[in-house]
Amino acid sequence: MNTVAVIDYGMGNLHSVAKAVEHVGRELHLDVRVAVTANAETIADADRVIFPGVGAIRDCMAEINRLNVGRMVAEAMKTRPVLAICVGMQALMERSEENGGVDCLGLAPGRVRYFGDELRDERGSRLKVPHMGWNEVRQTREHPLWEGVPDGSRFYFVHSYYVETGSDDLVAGKTTYGKEMVSAFADRNIFATQFHPEKSQTAGLRLLGNFLQWNCAA
Amino acid sequence: MGLARRIIPCLDCDNGRVVKGVRFVDIRDAGDPVEVSKRYCDEGADEVTFLDITASHEGRATTVETVRDIAAQVFIPLTVGGGIRTLDDIRMMLNAGADKVAINTAAVFDPPFVRAASERFGSQCIVVAVDAKRASAGAAPKWEIFTHGGRKPAGIDAVEWCRRMVDYGAGEILLTSMDRDGTKEGFDNQLNRAVSSAVRVPVIASGGVGTLEHLAEGVVEGGVDAVLAASIFHFREFTIEQAKRHMAARGIEVRL
Repeated sequence: MNTVAVIDYGMGNLHSVAKAVEHVGRELHLDVRVAVTANAETIADADRVIFPGVGAIRDCMAEINRLNVGRMVAEAMKTRPVLAICVGMQALMERSEENGGVDCLGLAPGRVRYFGDELRDERGSRLKVPHMGWNEVRQTREHPLWEGVPDGSRFYFVHSYYVETGSDDLVAGKTTYGKEMVSAFADRNIFATQFHPEKSQTAGLRLLGNFLQWNCAA
Repeated sequence: MGLARRIIPCLDCDNGRVVKGVRFVDIRDAGDPVEVSKRYCDEGADEVTFLDITASHEGRATTVETVRDIAAQVFIPLTVGGGIRTLDDIRMMLNAGADKVAINTAAVFDPPFVRAASERFGSQCIVVAVDAKRASAGAAPKWEIFTHGGRKPAGIDAVEWCRRMVDYGAGEILLTSMDRDGTKEGFDNQLNRAVSSAVRVPVIASGGVGTLEHLAEGVVEGGVDAVLAASIFHFREFTIEQAKRHMAARGIEVRL
Protein backbone atom coordinates (compact mmCIF):
# COMPACT_ATOMS: atom_id res chain seq x y z
CA MET A 1 0.00 0.00 0.00
CA ASN A 2 1.05 3.51 -0.81
CA THR A 3 -0.04 6.05 1.79
CA VAL A 4 -0.21 9.72 0.97
CA ALA A 5 -0.72 12.38 3.61
CA VAL A 6 -2.15 15.68 2.42
CA ILE A 7 -1.28 18.14 5.15
CA ASP A 8 -4.41 19.96 6.29
CA TYR A 9 -3.74 23.16 8.15
CA GLY A 10 -7.25 24.46 7.67
CA MET A 11 -6.68 26.64 4.64
CA GLY A 12 -8.67 26.10 1.50
CA ASN A 13 -9.59 23.27 -0.69
CA LEU A 14 -7.72 20.04 -0.06
CA HIS A 15 -10.53 17.95 -1.44
CA SER A 16 -9.30 18.61 -4.99
CA VAL A 17 -5.79 17.38 -4.27
CA ALA A 18 -7.00 14.29 -2.43
CA LYS A 19 -9.56 13.39 -5.11
CA ALA A 20 -7.05 13.84 -7.90
CA VAL A 21 -4.47 11.63 -6.16
CA GLU A 22 -7.08 8.94 -5.48
CA HIS A 23 -8.20 9.10 -9.11
CA VAL A 24 -4.65 8.75 -10.40
CA GLY A 25 -3.97 5.87 -8.01
CA ARG A 26 -6.98 3.99 -9.38
CA GLU A 27 -5.98 4.68 -12.98
CA LEU A 28 -2.49 3.30 -12.30
CA HIS A 29 -3.82 0.34 -10.31
CA LEU A 30 -1.83 1.42 -7.28
CA ASP A 31 -3.19 0.72 -3.83
CA VAL A 32 -3.20 4.34 -2.70
CA ARG A 33 -4.63 5.58 0.58
CA VAL A 34 -4.96 9.33 0.95
CA ALA A 35 -5.32 10.97 4.36
CA VAL A 36 -6.14 14.65 4.64
CA THR A 37 -4.71 15.37 8.04
CA ALA A 38 -2.79 17.59 10.44
CA ASN A 39 -1.92 14.64 12.65
CA ALA A 40 1.86 14.48 13.13
CA GLU A 41 1.91 10.70 13.50
CA THR A 42 -0.15 10.06 10.38
CA ILE A 43 2.11 12.38 8.43
CA ALA A 44 5.25 10.76 9.89
CA ASP A 45 3.94 7.32 8.88
CA ALA A 46 2.91 8.26 5.34
CA ASP A 47 4.95 7.07 2.37
CA ARG A 48 4.49 10.38 0.62
CA VAL A 49 3.52 13.84 1.75
CA ILE A 50 1.70 16.59 -0.10
CA PHE A 51 2.01 20.14 1.25
CA PRO A 52 -0.74 22.18 -0.44
CA GLY A 53 -1.90 25.69 0.16
CA VAL A 54 -4.18 28.40 -1.09
CA GLY A 55 -5.04 31.79 0.28
CA ALA A 56 -3.13 34.53 1.98
CA ILE A 57 0.34 33.66 3.25
CA ARG A 58 -0.04 35.40 6.61
CA ASP A 59 -3.01 33.24 7.56
CA CYS A 60 -1.38 30.13 6.11
CA MET A 61 1.86 30.69 8.01
CA ALA A 62 -0.04 31.37 11.22
CA GLU A 63 -1.70 27.98 10.99
CA ILE A 64 1.45 26.25 9.75
CA ASN A 65 3.32 27.57 12.77
CA ARG A 66 0.52 26.87 15.23
CA LEU A 67 0.27 23.25 14.09
CA ASN A 68 4.03 22.80 13.74
CA VAL A 69 3.64 21.86 10.09
CA GLY A 70 7.12 23.14 9.28
CA ARG A 71 8.71 20.44 11.39
CA MET A 72 6.52 17.75 9.80
CA VAL A 73 7.57 18.85 6.32
CA ALA A 74 11.22 19.14 7.30
CA GLU A 75 11.15 15.61 8.72
CA ALA A 76 9.32 14.18 5.72
CA MET A 77 11.68 15.66 3.17
CA LYS A 78 14.65 13.90 4.77
CA THR A 79 13.39 10.47 3.81
CA ARG A 80 10.25 10.57 1.65
CA PRO A 81 8.88 12.25 -1.47
CA VAL A 82 7.22 15.57 -0.75
CA LEU A 83 5.13 17.53 -3.23
CA ALA A 84 4.46 21.19 -2.38
CA ILE A 85 1.78 23.02 -4.32
CA CYS A 86 1.16 26.76 -4.81
CA VAL A 87 1.22 28.48 -1.41
CA GLY A 88 2.79 25.26 -0.11
CA MET A 89 5.73 25.95 -2.40
CA GLN A 90 5.84 29.59 -1.33
CA ALA A 91 5.73 28.62 2.34
CA LEU A 92 8.95 26.62 1.89
CA MET A 93 10.84 29.81 1.05
CA GLU A 94 12.53 32.19 3.42
CA ARG A 95 10.19 35.12 3.24
CA SER A 96 7.17 36.50 1.35
CA GLU A 97 6.31 40.07 0.45
CA GLU A 98 2.62 39.34 0.87
CA ASN A 99 0.62 40.88 3.73
CA GLY A 100 3.34 43.42 4.43
CA GLY A 101 6.07 40.78 4.76
CA VAL A 102 5.82 37.35 6.33
CA ASP A 103 8.56 34.97 7.45
CA CYS A 104 8.16 31.57 5.84
CA LEU A 105 9.69 28.18 6.70
CA GLY A 106 13.12 28.69 5.15
CA LEU A 107 13.31 25.09 3.96
CA ALA A 108 14.34 26.24 0.48
CA PRO A 109 16.38 29.23 -0.65
CA GLY A 110 14.20 31.92 -2.15
CA ARG A 111 11.78 34.75 -1.63
CA VAL A 112 8.20 35.33 -2.66
CA ARG A 113 7.57 38.50 -4.63
CA TYR A 114 4.48 40.40 -5.85
CA PHE A 115 3.84 40.54 -9.59
CA GLY A 116 3.14 44.26 -9.33
CA ASP A 117 0.15 46.30 -10.45
CA GLU A 118 1.79 47.43 -13.68
CA LEU A 119 2.71 44.06 -15.12
CA ARG A 120 3.04 44.08 -18.92
CA ASP A 121 3.84 41.52 -21.61
CA GLU A 122 6.63 41.89 -24.19
CA ARG A 123 4.27 43.90 -26.46
CA GLY A 124 3.41 46.30 -23.67
CA SER A 125 -0.13 45.03 -23.05
CA ARG A 126 -1.23 45.15 -19.45
CA LEU A 127 -1.40 41.78 -17.70
CA LYS A 128 -3.99 40.97 -15.10
CA VAL A 129 -3.04 40.00 -11.54
CA PRO A 130 -3.69 37.35 -10.26
CA HIS A 131 -2.00 35.26 -12.93
CA MET A 132 -4.99 33.02 -13.48
CA GLY A 133 -5.34 30.30 -16.06
CA TRP A 134 -3.33 27.92 -18.19
CA ASN A 135 0.26 28.82 -18.94
CA GLU A 136 3.22 26.97 -20.37
CA VAL A 137 5.86 25.37 -18.18
CA ARG A 138 9.30 24.99 -19.73
CA GLN A 139 11.13 22.10 -18.12
CA THR A 140 14.58 23.39 -17.30
CA ARG A 141 15.93 20.02 -16.32
CA GLU A 142 15.03 16.37 -16.26
CA HIS A 143 13.18 15.03 -13.29
CA PRO A 144 11.16 11.86 -12.62
CA LEU A 145 8.06 14.01 -12.10
CA TRP A 146 8.33 15.34 -15.67
CA GLU A 147 8.34 11.80 -17.09
CA GLY A 148 5.81 11.66 -19.93
CA VAL A 149 4.82 15.32 -19.52
CA PRO A 150 5.59 17.10 -22.81
CA ASP A 151 7.92 20.08 -22.38
CA GLY A 152 5.92 23.29 -22.62
CA SER A 153 2.69 21.69 -21.38
CA ARG A 154 0.13 24.10 -19.99
CA PHE A 155 -0.75 23.90 -16.32
CA TYR A 156 -3.35 25.82 -14.30
CA PHE A 157 -2.05 28.72 -12.24
CA VAL A 158 -3.74 31.08 -9.85
CA HIS A 159 -1.48 33.36 -7.84
CA SER A 160 -0.45 36.98 -7.36
CA TYR A 161 2.95 36.24 -5.82
CA TYR A 162 5.76 34.22 -7.32
CA VAL A 163 8.94 32.56 -6.13
CA GLU A 164 12.29 34.12 -6.84
CA THR A 165 14.80 31.44 -6.12
CA GLY A 166 18.08 31.83 -4.35
CA SER A 167 19.54 28.90 -6.26
CA ASP A 168 19.10 28.40 -10.01
CA ASP A 169 20.24 24.80 -9.63
CA LEU A 170 16.96 23.97 -7.94
CA VAL A 171 14.74 25.29 -10.71
CA ALA A 172 12.85 22.54 -12.53
CA GLY A 173 10.44 24.62 -14.57
CA LYS A 174 9.97 28.20 -15.69
CA THR A 175 6.99 30.16 -16.91
CA THR A 176 6.69 33.62 -18.41
CA TYR A 177 4.06 36.07 -17.23
CA GLY A 178 5.37 39.58 -17.60
CA LYS A 179 8.58 38.21 -16.17
CA GLU A 180 10.23 34.84 -16.11
CA MET A 181 9.39 33.05 -12.90
CA VAL A 182 9.99 29.73 -11.21
CA SER A 183 6.97 27.50 -11.79
CA ALA A 184 8.58 24.33 -10.42
CA PHE A 185 11.62 23.55 -8.33
CA ALA A 186 13.16 20.34 -7.10
CA ASP A 187 15.54 19.78 -4.21
CA ARG A 188 16.41 16.20 -3.30
CA ASN A 189 13.14 14.65 -2.05
CA ILE A 190 11.02 17.69 -2.61
CA PHE A 191 9.27 18.76 -5.77
CA ALA A 192 7.31 21.99 -5.69
CA THR A 193 4.96 23.59 -8.18
CA GLN A 194 3.47 27.06 -8.36
CA PHE A 195 0.73 25.63 -10.58
CA HIS A 196 -2.00 23.24 -9.48
CA PRO A 197 -1.40 19.75 -10.90
CA GLU A 198 -4.68 18.60 -9.39
CA LYS A 199 -6.49 21.14 -11.60
CA SER A 200 -4.38 20.68 -14.71
CA GLN A 201 -6.20 17.78 -16.32
CA THR A 202 -4.00 15.40 -18.33
CA ALA A 203 -0.60 16.97 -17.69
CA GLY A 204 -1.35 17.50 -14.03
CA LEU A 205 -2.66 14.01 -13.44
CA ARG A 206 0.43 12.62 -15.15
CA LEU A 207 2.65 14.60 -12.78
CA LEU A 208 0.68 13.33 -9.77
CA GLY A 209 1.00 9.77 -11.09
CA ASN A 210 4.75 10.26 -11.37
CA PHE A 211 4.81 11.53 -7.81
CA LEU A 212 3.05 8.37 -6.61
CA GLN A 213 5.76 6.29 -8.27
CA TRP A 214 8.75 8.48 -7.46
CA ASN A 215 11.33 6.71 -5.35
CA CYS A 216 13.42 9.78 -4.60
CA ALA A 217 16.32 8.63 -6.75
CA ALA A 218 16.65 12.19 -8.04
CA MET B 1 3.56 32.38 -25.92
CA GLY B 2 2.03 32.92 -22.54
CA LEU B 3 -1.20 32.71 -20.65
CA ALA B 4 -4.08 31.23 -22.67
CA ARG B 5 -7.49 32.87 -22.88
CA ARG B 6 -9.98 30.58 -21.22
CA ILE B 7 -13.19 29.05 -22.51
CA ILE B 8 -15.58 28.30 -19.69
CA PRO B 9 -18.79 26.37 -20.22
CA CYS B 10 -21.43 27.33 -17.70
CA LEU B 11 -23.96 24.96 -16.19
CA ASP B 12 -27.05 26.77 -14.96
CA CYS B 13 -28.66 24.22 -12.69
CA ASP B 14 -32.11 23.88 -11.23
CA ASN B 15 -32.98 20.94 -8.98
CA GLY B 16 -29.94 18.98 -10.08
CA ARG B 17 -30.50 19.42 -13.83
CA VAL B 18 -28.68 21.63 -16.26
CA VAL B 19 -31.01 24.24 -17.69
CA LYS B 20 -30.58 27.38 -19.70
CA GLY B 21 -32.72 30.43 -19.34
CA VAL B 22 -33.35 32.83 -22.17
CA ARG B 23 -33.19 36.32 -20.75
CA PHE B 24 -33.22 34.67 -17.33
CA VAL B 25 -36.64 33.05 -17.85
CA ASP B 26 -37.86 30.23 -20.19
CA ILE B 27 -35.98 27.16 -19.09
CA ARG B 28 -34.84 24.25 -21.30
CA ASP B 29 -33.45 21.00 -19.86
CA ALA B 30 -29.87 20.24 -20.93
CA GLY B 31 -28.88 17.19 -18.95
CA ASP B 32 -27.13 15.80 -15.91
CA PRO B 33 -24.52 18.23 -14.58
CA VAL B 34 -21.94 15.56 -13.78
CA GLU B 35 -22.14 13.99 -17.25
CA VAL B 36 -22.15 17.37 -18.93
CA SER B 37 -19.13 18.55 -16.90
CA LYS B 38 -17.17 15.43 -17.79
CA ARG B 39 -17.90 15.89 -21.46
CA TYR B 40 -16.71 19.49 -21.33
CA CYS B 41 -13.56 18.50 -19.50
CA ASP B 42 -12.80 15.83 -22.11
CA GLU B 43 -13.38 18.35 -24.90
CA GLY B 44 -10.77 20.66 -23.37
CA ALA B 45 -12.75 23.14 -21.29
CA ASP B 46 -10.41 25.32 -19.25
CA GLU B 47 -12.78 25.55 -16.29
CA VAL B 48 -16.37 24.74 -15.48
CA THR B 49 -18.80 27.12 -13.82
CA PHE B 50 -21.80 25.74 -11.97
CA LEU B 51 -24.55 28.23 -11.16
CA ASP B 52 -27.56 27.27 -9.10
CA ILE B 53 -29.93 29.71 -10.76
CA THR B 54 -32.77 29.23 -8.34
CA ALA B 55 -30.77 29.45 -5.13
CA SER B 56 -30.80 33.18 -4.78
CA HIS B 57 -34.50 33.86 -5.00
CA GLU B 58 -35.81 30.73 -3.40
CA GLY B 59 -33.30 30.65 -0.60
CA ARG B 60 -32.12 27.22 -1.57
CA ALA B 61 -28.53 26.21 -1.01
CA THR B 62 -26.70 25.11 -4.12
CA THR B 63 -26.64 21.36 -4.42
CA VAL B 64 -23.56 20.37 -2.50
CA GLU B 65 -23.85 16.78 -3.62
CA THR B 66 -23.73 17.71 -7.28
CA VAL B 67 -20.66 19.83 -6.69
CA ARG B 68 -19.00 16.93 -4.88
CA ASP B 69 -19.80 14.54 -7.73
CA ILE B 70 -18.45 16.93 -10.35
CA ALA B 71 -15.29 17.63 -8.35
CA ALA B 72 -14.55 13.92 -7.99
CA GLN B 73 -14.45 13.47 -11.74
CA VAL B 74 -13.40 16.75 -13.26
CA PHE B 75 -9.78 17.82 -12.76
CA ILE B 76 -10.02 21.37 -13.96
CA PRO B 77 -11.09 24.38 -11.89
CA LEU B 78 -14.69 24.45 -10.77
CA THR B 79 -16.54 27.65 -9.83
CA VAL B 80 -19.80 27.42 -7.93
CA GLY B 81 -22.33 30.22 -7.62
CA GLY B 82 -25.92 30.82 -6.63
CA GLY B 83 -27.04 31.60 -3.12
CA ILE B 84 -23.57 32.13 -1.65
CA ARG B 85 -24.28 34.42 1.31
CA THR B 86 -22.06 33.50 4.24
CA LEU B 87 -18.52 32.41 4.99
CA ASP B 88 -19.99 29.02 5.92
CA ASP B 89 -21.60 28.76 2.47
CA ILE B 90 -18.18 29.34 0.94
CA ARG B 91 -16.44 26.88 3.21
CA MET B 92 -19.09 24.26 2.42
CA MET B 93 -18.59 24.70 -1.34
CA LEU B 94 -14.80 24.63 -1.10
CA ASN B 95 -14.97 21.52 1.04
CA ALA B 96 -17.30 19.93 -1.51
CA GLY B 97 -14.61 20.47 -4.12
CA ALA B 98 -15.24 23.90 -5.61
CA ASP B 99 -12.12 25.93 -6.36
CA LYS B 100 -13.90 29.28 -6.51
CA VAL B 101 -17.24 30.65 -5.51
CA ALA B 102 -19.21 33.30 -7.37
CA ILE B 103 -20.93 35.89 -5.18
CA ASN B 104 -23.64 38.07 -6.65
CA THR B 105 -26.66 39.25 -4.65
CA ALA B 106 -24.92 38.99 -1.27
CA ALA B 107 -22.14 41.27 -2.50
CA VAL B 108 -24.66 43.99 -3.30
CA PHE B 109 -26.47 43.79 0.00
CA ASP B 110 -23.35 43.39 2.08
CA PRO B 111 -20.21 44.52 0.21
CA PRO B 112 -17.93 43.92 3.25
CA PHE B 113 -18.85 40.24 2.90
CA VAL B 114 -16.63 40.15 -0.19
CA ARG B 115 -13.76 41.58 1.82
CA ALA B 116 -14.28 39.10 4.65
CA ALA B 117 -14.46 36.24 2.17
CA SER B 118 -11.29 37.19 0.33
CA GLU B 119 -9.41 37.72 3.58
CA ARG B 120 -10.50 34.35 4.87
CA PHE B 121 -10.17 32.21 1.75
CA GLY B 122 -7.94 34.28 -0.51
CA SER B 123 -8.88 36.44 -3.49
CA GLN B 124 -8.09 33.58 -5.82
CA CYS B 125 -11.31 31.82 -4.93
CA ILE B 126 -13.63 34.82 -4.78
CA VAL B 127 -15.40 35.63 -8.03
CA VAL B 128 -17.87 38.48 -7.98
CA ALA B 129 -20.66 37.86 -10.48
CA VAL B 130 -22.16 41.02 -11.91
CA ASP B 131 -25.39 41.15 -13.90
CA ALA B 132 -25.34 44.40 -15.85
CA LYS B 133 -27.95 46.05 -18.01
CA ARG B 134 -27.64 49.12 -20.20
CA ALA B 135 -29.02 52.22 -18.55
CA SER B 136 -28.02 54.61 -21.33
CA ALA B 137 -26.78 54.25 -24.89
CA GLY B 138 -24.63 56.48 -27.07
CA ALA B 139 -20.92 57.19 -27.14
CA ALA B 140 -20.49 56.85 -23.39
CA PRO B 141 -22.98 54.17 -22.35
CA LYS B 142 -23.72 53.30 -18.74
CA TRP B 143 -24.75 50.03 -17.22
CA GLU B 144 -26.65 49.30 -14.03
CA ILE B 145 -26.32 46.17 -11.93
CA PHE B 146 -29.18 43.84 -11.06
CA THR B 147 -29.59 41.22 -8.33
CA HIS B 148 -31.75 38.17 -7.66
CA GLY B 149 -30.99 36.38 -10.90
CA GLY B 150 -31.39 39.59 -12.85
CA ARG B 151 -34.79 40.57 -11.53
CA LYS B 152 -34.07 43.54 -9.25
CA PRO B 153 -32.25 46.73 -10.26
CA ALA B 154 -29.73 47.82 -7.66
CA GLY B 155 -29.25 51.38 -8.86
CA ILE B 156 -25.47 51.02 -8.98
CA ASP B 157 -23.16 51.77 -11.91
CA ALA B 158 -21.64 48.52 -13.15
CA VAL B 159 -18.11 49.75 -13.90
CA GLU B 160 -17.82 51.54 -10.56
CA TRP B 161 -19.19 48.47 -8.84
CA CYS B 162 -16.60 46.18 -10.41
CA ARG B 163 -13.79 48.52 -9.35
CA ARG B 164 -15.12 48.54 -5.82
CA MET B 165 -15.44 44.76 -5.70
CA VAL B 166 -11.82 44.39 -6.77
CA ASP B 167 -10.81 46.82 -4.01
CA TYR B 168 -12.72 44.56 -1.65
CA GLY B 169 -10.73 41.54 -2.76
CA ALA B 170 -12.57 39.99 -5.70
CA GLY B 171 -10.05 37.88 -7.60
CA GLU B 172 -12.09 37.77 -10.76
CA ILE B 173 -15.22 39.36 -12.24
CA LEU B 174 -17.88 37.27 -13.97
CA LEU B 175 -19.67 39.87 -16.07
CA THR B 176 -23.05 39.04 -17.58
CA SER B 177 -24.86 41.32 -19.97
CA MET B 178 -28.53 40.93 -19.21
CA ASP B 179 -29.40 42.66 -22.45
CA ARG B 180 -27.64 39.89 -24.35
CA ASP B 181 -28.08 36.83 -22.16
CA GLY B 182 -29.95 34.14 -24.07
CA THR B 183 -30.22 36.19 -27.26
CA LYS B 184 -27.34 34.63 -29.24
CA GLU B 185 -26.54 38.11 -30.56
CA GLY B 186 -23.02 38.17 -29.14
CA PHE B 187 -21.45 39.77 -26.07
CA ASP B 188 -21.92 43.40 -25.11
CA ASN B 189 -18.29 44.16 -25.88
CA GLN B 190 -18.56 47.82 -24.94
CA LEU B 191 -19.46 46.63 -21.47
CA ASN B 192 -16.68 44.05 -21.49
CA ARG B 193 -14.10 46.61 -22.60
CA ALA B 194 -15.28 49.17 -20.04
CA VAL B 195 -14.97 46.75 -17.13
CA SER B 196 -11.87 44.90 -18.29
CA SER B 197 -9.90 48.12 -18.67
CA ALA B 198 -11.16 49.41 -15.31
CA VAL B 199 -9.97 46.51 -13.14
CA ARG B 200 -6.67 44.72 -12.69
CA VAL B 201 -8.16 41.25 -12.17
CA PRO B 202 -9.34 38.85 -14.90
CA VAL B 203 -12.78 39.41 -16.39
CA ILE B 204 -14.98 36.61 -17.71
CA ALA B 205 -17.51 37.73 -20.33
CA SER B 206 -20.93 36.14 -20.29
CA GLY B 207 -24.25 36.51 -22.04
CA GLY B 208 -25.20 36.36 -25.67
CA VAL B 209 -22.89 33.84 -27.33
CA GLY B 210 -24.52 32.29 -30.39
CA THR B 211 -21.56 31.65 -32.67
CA LEU B 212 -17.88 30.80 -32.31
CA GLU B 213 -16.98 34.21 -33.69
CA HIS B 214 -18.79 35.77 -30.73
CA LEU B 215 -16.29 34.06 -28.43
CA ALA B 216 -13.37 35.50 -30.39
CA GLU B 217 -14.97 38.94 -30.36
CA GLY B 218 -15.12 38.88 -26.59
CA VAL B 219 -11.34 38.68 -26.47
CA VAL B 220 -10.50 40.88 -29.45
CA GLU B 221 -13.14 43.58 -29.01
CA GLY B 222 -14.07 43.15 -25.37
CA GLY B 223 -10.53 42.59 -24.10
CA VAL B 224 -11.65 39.93 -21.65
CA ASP B 225 -9.50 37.16 -20.20
CA ALA B 226 -12.07 34.40 -20.43
CA VAL B 227 -15.32 33.75 -22.25
CA LEU B 228 -18.25 31.90 -20.82
CA ALA B 229 -21.09 30.28 -22.71
CA ALA B 230 -23.84 27.82 -21.98
CA SER B 231 -26.37 26.94 -24.64
CA ILE B 232 -24.04 26.66 -27.64
CA PHE B 233 -22.23 23.89 -25.79
CA HIS B 234 -25.15 22.25 -23.97
CA PHE B 235 -27.15 21.59 -27.09
CA ARG B 236 -24.04 20.41 -28.95
CA GLU B 237 -24.16 23.12 -31.55
CA PHE B 238 -20.40 23.31 -31.06
CA THR B 239 -17.79 21.47 -29.04
CA ILE B 240 -15.28 23.24 -26.83
CA GLU B 241 -12.55 22.04 -29.15
CA GLN B 242 -14.22 23.66 -32.15
CA ALA B 243 -14.46 26.87 -30.15
CA LYS B 244 -10.75 26.75 -29.32
CA ARG B 245 -9.73 26.02 -32.89
CA HIS B 246 -11.79 28.96 -34.05
CA MET B 247 -10.19 31.28 -31.53
CA ALA B 248 -6.72 30.01 -32.41
CA ALA B 249 -7.44 30.71 -36.09
CA ARG B 250 -8.24 34.29 -35.02
CA GLY B 251 -4.78 34.56 -33.49
CA ILE B 252 -5.95 34.14 -29.90
CA GLU B 253 -3.75 32.06 -27.63
CA VAL B 254 -5.67 29.07 -26.29
CA ARG B 255 -4.87 25.72 -24.69
CA LEU B 256 -5.30 23.08 -27.38
